[in-house]
Amino acid sequence: MTTMDRRFFLGSTAAAGAAVLLPGLARAQNAASMLSPGVPDGIASYVTMGKLPGKQPLIQLADRPPNYESPLEYLQTPITPNDKFFVRYHLADIPEVKAEGFKIKIDGDGAATPFELTLDDLKKMPAVEFAAVNQCSGNRRGLSKPHVPGVEWGYGAMGCAKWKGARLKDVLAKAGMKKETVEVAFNGADGPVVDKTPDFIKSIPAWKAMDENTIIAYEMNGEPLPHFNGFPVRLVVPGWTGTYWMKHLVHVDVRTTPQGGFWMKPAYRVPVGMFPLRDRFITQEDATSTPITEIVVNSLITSHRDGAKVKAGKVTVSGLAWDGGYGINRVEVSTDGGKTWTDAKLGQDLGRFAFRPWSFDVNAKRGKTTVMVNATNAIGQTQVSKLLFNGAGYHNNVMQSITLTA
Amino acid sequence: MRTIVIAAAAALLAGTAFADEQVIKLKPGPGLDKVENNCQACHTLAYIPMNSVYLNAAGWDAEVTKMIKAYGAPVDDEDAKAIKAYLTQNYGK
Repeated sequence: MTTMDRRFFLGSTAAAGAAVLLPGLARAQNAASMLSPGVPDGIASYVTMGKLPGKQPLIQLADRPPNYESPLEYLQTPITPNDKFFVRYHLADIPEVKAEGFKIKIDGDGAATPFELTLDDLKKMPAVEFAAVNQCSGNRRGLSKPHVPGVEWGYGAMGCAKWKGARLKDVLAKAGMKKETVEVAFNGADGPVVDKTPDFIKSIPAWKAMDENTIIAYEMNGEPLPHFNGFPVRLVVPGWTGTYWMKHLVHVDVRTTPQGGFWMKPAYRVPVGMFPLRDRFITQEDATSTPITEIVVNSLITSHRDGAKVKAGKVTVSGLAWDGGYGINRVEVSTDGGKTWTDAKLGQDLGRFAFRPWSFDVNAKRGKTTVMVNATNAIGQTQVSKLLFNGAGYHNNVMQSITLTA
Repeated sequence: MRTIVIAAAAALLAGTAFADEQVIKLKPGPGLDKVENNCQACHTLAYIPMNSVYLNAAGWDAEVTKMIKAYGAPVDDEDAKAIKAYLTQNYGK
């Protein structure tokens, strides 16, 4: 650190420090109170509100590789601000990628005319922008009963942003994608610490790659992507879980054969037939397991935490609902443990891939009132009342129930 | 100017926090040294308390085996045995 830097640092700590740093103990207590009910007990022993550069404090489940969850309070709007957006990495060697000199290589045996694309090239291509939920496949893993190993996420490994970028199909057209192409695979600039650890590479079916909503995004909510969300560009696969949304994208591999890496199999699989999913990934499917694909219909109460104290009388409970891109048709609330249901009021529609806000006025009596929520999408899919248990803890869309005390 | 100074200080503080990793103090016990020597090369020790307490001996065995077989962690057999025993004893059910 230079003398000049040190002076800035010391001289400004009093001014900036209070806002930036909470005392360690307060931060830890604060973080433990922000965990979703039901996650493994051990998390509270170390969890803290971590402060990554460019981010508000997030629930720090792990700092290497960085895995930071958004507390409920950051999920009260249909668009999640960039500095409140969750962070998820598998591997800890994460370079700070510069826009200058950045290139994406597009090649593979399915590409007749391989080429390289700079950030400027990408920005010159026809641009599209839409809001879409980015939800980690493992969101709510920590709520699985019994618990299953992995990053023990609560409710907040998700967010919704407006993504702007170029269509992948336009990039693939430039690469002369052959009709024999079955999958397109993606690699980011981040990598493993140990050479033997499989690099994080993901593929999607050719038909999904050609979907007009699959884009290479360079803007998130009107700004460049934050470093920790994939700067300078990431793949956006709306409707599908975050595992396919490759950050720091540097390689597009157009393939006439299925990608055979660890992160496609055995990782990120769900049992065949367990979930009511329309989007199948046939070239990666075997007799018993299939890649996770579209997000299941789900909802979350974000206005109140479980056990919140309220005043007796009218209490407005609100939250978010979302799905794999069919769109939310209906959100219902029950205050009698699921016997009877009443429609909640749906808020602004930011598109079929976005969070749909909803609200409901509960008449809170003295004592306890339970509030349960269930979303239905445009093809009639609803949430489940009992967990569909699977070994990786994916697709937990059990109807949430909280208790309010007046 | 003031804004610039504060912004610079905030960036510095944030940078410092990022460089200085959270220290995870695991429970003392036989094998802790093997855990510290082997596991931290690739990831924070936070993954251990995070995944507790719910795994039994077979569960921790499977996790350590996964780290070696699937993720290529260079852990020798003797250390792996000690790590499994430590995790089961201190973070197992």
